[in-house]
Amino acid sequence: MTFQPPVPPGPSSPPVPALSLRGLAKRFGDKIAVDGISLDVPAGSFYGVVGPNGAGKTTTLSMATGLLRPDFGTALVHGVDVWQHPLEAKKLMGILPDGVRLFDRLSGEQLVTYAGLLRGMDREMVASRVAELLAALDLGNDAGTLVVDYSAGMTKKIALASALIHAPRLLVLDEPFESVDPISAANIRDILDRYVASGGTVIVSSHVMDLVQRMCDHVAVVAGGRVLAAGTVEEVRAGASLEDRFVQLVGGRNHTEGLEWLRTF
Amino acid sequence: MVAHLLRLKLTLLRNSVRRSPWQLVGLGIGTLYALGIVVLLAGGLFVLRGQEIELAQTVVVLGGATALLGWAIVPVAVSAADMTLDPARFTTFAVPMPQLLAGLALGGLIGIPGLATSLVALATVGTWSRSLPAASGALVGAVLGVLSCVVLSKVVTTATAGLASSRRFKDISAVAFLIPLVLTGPIVAGIARGIAGSGDFLTSLARTLSWTPAGAAFALGGDLAAGNYAAAAVKFLIALATLAGLALAWKVLLQRALVTPPYAGTAKRRTGGAGLFRLLPATPAAAVAARSLYYWLRDPRYAGALVVVPLLPVLFLFQGSQSGFYGPFQFVGPLTAFLLAWSISSDVSYDSTAFALHVATGVRGADDRLGRALACLSFALPVVLIFSVGPFFFTGDWDKLPAVLGLSLGVLFSGLGLASVISARYTVSVPLPGDSPFKKPPGNVAQTLAVQFGGMAVLMVLVAPEVALVAAQYITGSPVPGWITLVLGPVLGLALFATGVRAGGAWLDRRGPELLAQLAVNR
Repeated sequence: MTFQPPVPPGPSSPPVPALSLRGLAKRFGDKIAVDGISLDVPAGSFYGVVGPNGAGKTTTLSMATGLLRPDFGTALVHGVDVWQHPLEAKKLMGILPDGVRLFDRLSGEQLVTYAGLLRGMDREMVASRVAELLAALDLGNDAGTLVVDYSAGMTKKIALASALIHAPRLLVLDEPFESVDPISAANIRDILDRYVASGGTVIVSSHVMDLVQRMCDHVAVVAGGRVLAAGTVEEVRAGASLEDRFVQLVGGRNHTEGLEWLRTF
Repeated sequence: MVAHLLRLKLTLLRNSVRRSPWQLVGLGIGTLYALGIVVLLAGGLFVLRGQEIELAQTVVVLGGATALLGWAIVPVAVSAADMTLDPARFTTFAVPMPQLLAGLALGGLIGIPGLATSLVALATVGTWSRSLPAASGALVGAVLGVLSCVVLSKVVTTATAGLASSRRFKDISAVAFLIPLVLTGPIVAGIARGIAGSGDFLTSLARTLSWTPAGAAFALGGDLAAGNYAAAAVKFLIALATLAGLALAWKVLLQRALVTPPYAGTAKRRTGGAGLFRLLPATPAAAVAARSLYYWLRDPRYAGALVVVPLLPVLFLFQGSQSGFYGPFQFVGPLTAFLLAWSISSDVSYDSTAFALHVATGVRGADDRLGRALACLSFALPVVLIFSVGPFFFTGDWDKLPAVLGLSLGVLFSGLGLASVISARYTVSVPLPGDSPFKKPPGNVAQTLAVQFGGMAVLMVLVAPEVALVAAQYITGSPVPGWITLVLGPVLGLALFATGVRAGGAWLDRRGPELLAQLAVNR
């Protein structure tokens, strides 16, 4: 017999969220990187996670995707516990981690093929999807170039292709637009918009507020390992621009008086 | 400004040590090693004090010329040039060129190679402390010589910076450098024999070199000791002109390099295609195998191991031809089996954080293990078979073949099984992807040594039955234990292989994220 918490009376039982985090926490040495983050990402949403540098975004997303074991808390992907049933959960997710290397001695085409085959997909499906992905991400001409010789933006794009190959229901993208040129970024946004429109869920982390405000329908503001605000973009920004609201929530703007000498050139 | 640069270099050194106590241990080991060599060489130089001038002069001049050659070649060949004070980082600071050059040159002396060279060079003062002019001449020569070494290495690294920063050159030079390194024994022996044949060749070589930029500086002490003041004066001018010329060349090169950053070269655009991923079956294990095979070919850290393998029989054959005893040559098969099987024990460490892809895709641990082992096996098996049988064409005692063959296969399969377990659990510090295989890896040296030696000890236990049987045949001369080995080796080996892949796979399934976290420490 397990104790079932009473369900509050509501119009109907809510749909299962695409990602549901409960009390996630992680400590590195004596630094608490993530301090009990709980978050629900509704299915079919385009969810932005914003926060200053060192806020714990990457750590949280790593714990949510099965890359980093949390000290406390649970992560459910479409109701599947990431840490109890990792294989099932990972089938549902496509992950673009930030700050990890790629198998960069493979060519771009080989790397994406590898990601597909590792997931047990069959050869013909992998081959056709790789070709389409490379074309969609403007990498068709560089398919045979080794990833180690790619530029930073191309590397990001090939990593994104590796995350998309198995048509996941949930995409978790950590800083997907970093050093990506504006045209490719627009192409990627189109791809993600269509993906969300057809029922997929995207989580992106970023510290470019304009981008998040324009692109996402939901947003969570994370700082110091905690969630400061979460909800639809409209709710969170409460009339102001997301950037102003973010600065207001996070604080830390110093209204510098000094530096007069800077004007004495 | 020069003092600033030197202080910066010292601060960088101190901070690198402060990052972890193990860096200090690594530095300590390096220092002890260098100290040993310095004491040996300096001691030799002091002993030369009592020898005749001709001999001492030959040794000092040739040693000095070798040091110069070393400083010119090694940084480029192993792409391990000391870049802590990379001149490119000072472009925005508008440091006056003469002071920048002086600071960088003196900064080059701080560090183990610089200090060791300086100490050994100063020991030549001991060799020539026979008279005041000779000792002071040696001191001047040592200073000029050491500075020439440092500036020459700067000239060479600056001149080849464009070349050296291209990935292709780095990959190739790192692997190619291994070949002379492995063959040091035969090469030295060959040179020594050549020298022994030509009598006082060295003396005349040293005499010639002492009139060239390569040896002039280090010849000063000897000439003064012999009373050749005129020759010493000319050589002093040669040494001074050498240093000045090198400094000028460095200045010109640096001025050009600072405004034209090295162009990394265009990547060769290959025609697309999934290659091996298309040839091998479309399963996760086969995909891992295909990926590993590409790394064996394209990553110099793996390819280095592949280059060494064909040199092994050469080395042993040479050793056999020298001593007339071909015993060790017979065991080149088992040795190769060990080296190749053991090379995948640090496979996951070589992946570095790219291993995140395996964790993210949720590939089964056993598939991961099996793929890596099969990739290694695909070339290791034929190579080991050839190396096991080949030596018997030279030695002819074919009755030992079954024993050696059984031992080879036993070592190969047991080693792969054990390596599959070890690399699933322990990370070792290895050069990061893209770094030279010779670069000092970051991270915990002590754990690396513990894992490596502990693993080898376990492997010795695992192959003990085969080893005992082979020993039995060699002692008793009866062929029976050999035939038992031929059966036992593969059977026991395959059983251990299967166990290793399963156990390693289970470990990986359970601890994948923890392993990734260990890898992320050293990225």
